[in-house]
Amino acid sequence: MPNNKEFVKFAKVDKSYDGKVLVVKDLNLDIAEGEFITMLGPSGSGKTTCLMMLAGFETPTNGEIYLDGNPISNIPPHKRGIGMVFQNYALFPHMTVYENLAFPLRVRKISKDEIDKKVDKALSMVSLAGYESRMPGQLSGGQQQRVAVARALVFDPAVVLMDEPLGALDKNLRESMQYEIKHIHESIGVTVVYVTHDQGEALTMSNRIAVFNDGKVQQLSSPDQLYESPVNSFVAKFIGENNTFAGEVIDVTNDKCKVKLNSGGEIFANPITVKSKGEKTTVSLRPERALINPDEKMDNSHKGKIEEVIYHGDHTRVRLNLLGNNEFILKVPNSSANLDIKLGNEINIGWNSTDARALDPK
Amino acid sequence: MSSETNKILTTDGIPLEESLKKAERKNKIKAFLLVCPLLLFLIITYVFPIGEMFTRSIDDKMITNMLPNTFKSMESWDGQDMPEESVFENFYIDFKKLVENKEHGKLAQRLNKEKNGFNTILKKLFRQIQRNKIDENGSFKEQITSLHKRFNDVEYWRAIKRTAPPYTMAKYLKGMDLFIDENGGIAQVEEDRRIHRILWLRTLEIAFFVTVFCFLMGYPIAHLLATLPMKYSNLLMICVLLPFWTSLLVRTASWMILLQQQGIVNDFFVMIGLVSDDNRPEMMYNKVGTYVAMTQILLPFMVLPLYSVMKTISPSLMRAGKSLGGTPFVAFWKVYFPLTIPGIGAGCLLVFILAIGYYITPALVGGASGTLISNQIAYHMKTTLDWSFASAMGLMLLTGVLVVYWIYNKLVGVDNIKLG
Repeated sequence: MPNNKEFVKFAKVDKSYDGKVLVVKDLNLDIAEGEFITMLGPSGSGKTTCLMMLAGFETPTNGEIYLDGNPISNIPPHKRGIGMVFQNYALFPHMTVYENLAFPLRVRKISKDEIDKKVDKALSMVSLAGYESRMPGQLSGGQQQRVAVARALVFDPAVVLMDEPLGALDKNLRESMQYEIKHIHESIGVTVVYVTHDQGEALTMSNRIAVFNDGKVQQLSSPDQLYESPVNSFVAKFIGENNTFAGEVIDVTNDKCKVKLNSGGEIFANPITVKSKGEKTTVSLRPERALINPDEKMDNSHKGKIEEVIYHGDHTRVRLNLLGNNEFILKVPNSSANLDIKLGNEINIGWNSTDARALDPK
Repeated sequence: MSSETNKILTTDGIPLEESLKKAERKNKIKAFLLVCPLLLFLIITYVFPIGEMFTRSIDDKMITNMLPNTFKSMESWDGQDMPEESVFENFYIDFKKLVENKEHGKLAQRLNKEKNGFNTILKKLFRQIQRNKIDENGSFKEQITSLHKRFNDVEYWRAIKRTAPPYTMAKYLKGMDLFIDENGGIAQVEEDRRIHRILWLRTLEIAFFVTVFCFLMGYPIAHLLATLPMKYSNLLMICVLLPFWTSLLVRTASWMILLQQQGIVNDFFVMIGLVSDDNRPEMMYNKVGTYVAMTQILLPFMVLPLYSVMKTISPSLMRAGKSLGGTPFVAFWKVYFPLTIPGIGAGCLLVFILAIGYYITPALVGGASGTLISNQIAYHMKTTLDWSFASAMGLMLLTGVLVVYWIYNKLVGVDNIKLG
């Protein structure tokens, strides 16, 4: 089966609720068949609105959404054949687990035997076989979540939408559910559009992530690319931890630029969005890319004073005052080589200019 | 293993249960004191009056106290043949005492209710006693039976015996157009006097249809209230509650202005040419008026419980229903509607119970058809002063409400009622 690269297609979609503010601006997004794509962003960034437009509960103000090549703006939600998992599960409280799962099959006039088979299969997929006669209120949060997932999948929809489905679960359960959903996706190959504001969740589960802010997709790429090479300072700040330096470009060569920091001092960085001398920039560096007393030659090497040491079990976080930035964070593995990390000590910090990304100044 | 060895002890060695009880006692006393005023209020204003009503409705002690000796000697009488001499003697003694206390009239009235004809013969006996014509040494039986042929009719003595118990169900039977006939059996009153049964049926019918209309009109309003954004729903809520803040009489009077034949609604119908001027429909002094006015007045009692239940239903449930492939109707019928049943139950029960006891509005706008059972109760309370009959009908109404409540409990379950 050839994978359709444009199985779901948002084409120039705008959405406004009040005619004054655009919640979604000129959205162009292609989702391939069988892909797990996550819409990630802070609240109010328009990601849920996009999901609701795809589900059919909101209509685009402008533009069109295509599902498998067909425009769907005029198709009501119940005819789209899109499964959905809601934030608070939205299980029907007056129906048993079996009836909940049978609902989408019954409205499709499927025979009783077939329904039994499909419900059985869906429940064992989420390892809840034997819970058919329970009411949703008798299940734990995690179990309700799994029922909701099973219900969204039981009628074999082409696309499944998930709207922050793990938001109400505690941390451990959330992590195990992430893997469970990921495995279900891998085993049945359904297209999943997942909405969350939790970057950890997005990074663990997705094939691709669309980072939303201010109604626009800031970056659409695979989790590793998103983390390793953010294209602007919003994405760099939003995904993972980040040390930033604000400054001005004073020299640019092909793959290296020199930045004069506002606090004094000069560093070398990798020019991503900056093009020419005199531009303002924010340099972003991941904490784990900076090393203490680097052995090899690195083109950035500066002295910093330890301001705070926070013990984290497997690693220690060290806050430094470096080049006038006293929020500089280092992640140090807890090995015996790093025993001289004491409050007030001065240490040598080095990093490669390719890891320091000079982005837009915001 | 005995239960003794199972007992869990606290660190001090006191059994856990005991220690828990001790700890809870203070809270229990506090809670009791808090509800105490309301409990007292309920006992004084609710339990006590209903008990009083009940005793009044079955009370028949007056006559028991008037003829104590007669009833005592009647105990051994089987009621087949004429009673013995002792019965006549005691009846004479009792009656003479009543004459001395000038209470014989009341007895005659009461006995006449039991059987027609007592008035005449007791008056005759009264005159004989006044003139001292009865020889207290002779046979009372002979003297009394010779006064009037009715005294010789065993039926009349049976009627007296029937009044012996200090209580009677007669008022309840009267409320259902029944009475105890001469033979002590239960019989129906004459056909042209059977008014109560009509009133009961009419009351139930009006209460039922008002409930249905309130439901049909209230459900969409409640749904709108629960789903509209706050700023609109508040305004709508005020519109729903506004009638609540207006006096019942004012509202009823305004319906009279609107609905009468020369009223605003009829004027409007004529204006738009729906009806001709000399053929204005009657919308008042019939059931239409009663239904319209009562539905409007009781509507908030339907809307509020429905609203409070609908408010708790997450909008994502309807969305889930639709995204799973249900048409909007299926999603409504299979998902939304079943979840509103607790509110429907509460609203219907509330409206029905209120409607069954309504009387001012139907009396004002309902005309002849607006007389309901409550009007009868009020009539007997205020006009005929037959309080025991009013009490009996009030209790029958209460029983009816309890029966409705019981049926509801069997069908839906009272635990499912939600008022908010």
